[in-house]
Amino acid sequence: MDQLMRSVESSQIKTHLPDFRPGDTVKVNFQVKEGDKVRIQVFQGVVISRRGSGTGETFMVRKISGGVGVERVFPVHSPKIDSLEIVRAGKVRRAKLFYLREKTGKASRIKEKRSFQS
Amino acid sequence: MSGLMARKLGMTRVFNEDGRVIPVTVLEAAPNHVVQVKTIEHDGYAAVQVGFVPQKESRLNKPRKGHLAKAGVPPVSRLAEVGKPGGDVKPGDTITVSIFSPGEKVDVTGLCKGKGFQGVVKRHGFSGGDETHGCKSHRVPGSIGQNATPGRVWKNKKMPGQTGNTRVTVKNLEIVEVDGEKNLVVLKGAVPGSRNGYLLIRKHRKSGGNN
Repeated sequence: MDQLMRSVESSQIKTHLPDFRPGDTVKVNFQVKEGDKVRIQVFQGVVISRRGSGTGETFMVRKISGGVGVERVFPVHSPKIDSLEIVRAGKVRRAKLFYLREKTGKASRIKEKRSFQS
Repeated sequence: MSGLMARKLGMTRVFNEDGRVIPVTVLEAAPNHVVQVKTIEHDGYAAVQVGFVPQKESRLNKPRKGHLAKAGVPPVSRLAEVGKPGGDVKPGDTITVSIFSPGEKVDVTGLCKGKGFQGVVKRHGFSGGDETHGCKSHRVPGSIGQNATPGRVWKNKKMPGQTGNTRVTVKNLEIVEVDGEKNLVVLKGAVPGSRNGYLLIRKHRKSGGNN
């Protein structure tokens, strides 16, 4: 992309977010506006995809809520994302974990990634 | 001044203060030179001729060179006229993106992408026939007229033909951001033509412009 195009986007790109990947369990603190009050809503689940680049980059989080699978897409650089934390780093072999939709219970587990300690 | 020429850089999206995503087009408008000021007394109408896109002098023909030399502006390959709402301008001045401010409405004119020879479904939005249920006419226009009266096809009947590659004006686009340092204008929505195409941005008439 053009350098000048990037300069338009650069002011909106977040740099302080942790490096999260598909397979990670994340907690997304999302701002919700109710009337004139702003409240933080937490959405915790597994990141099953991350797509796009620049300000258009989004990620999809899947969780099981009341026995029903719920997926939500968030723009990575949205100002409405108050903060994001990695609860558990997962070890997966795909960039898109859509196969989790067909798996339930034990089959939908993801191995934890162990980082080497020096 | 009510407008200037710019180059389309491309589209992206930005978040507004509510956190909503807005699709934007980024245009680069290096300072335009005023080549000629047309007046009602002399030319019958008031306008400002601006020049854009630096060009090698050897690429210009003699009349163009003379015209530019008269105004004392560097060689440019493109000229366009914009309305003059008053104010003091003289040949040789430059017009920059600072004439625009965020929130203002503008009209953008340019050559839209050519689509070649197209049928009526794409060209005029006809619905076409059924794809199934034994229908054999899928994308044809159907009847194009009556019988012995009038005995001919009406003028301007919508038919297949060349689509696109025409001058198009998109009106009432909102300015999201103006960067005077990098000469950028960021508009909400899409503008005609491909990337690197040249466009004319003018202030919207109803919001005080005079194009």
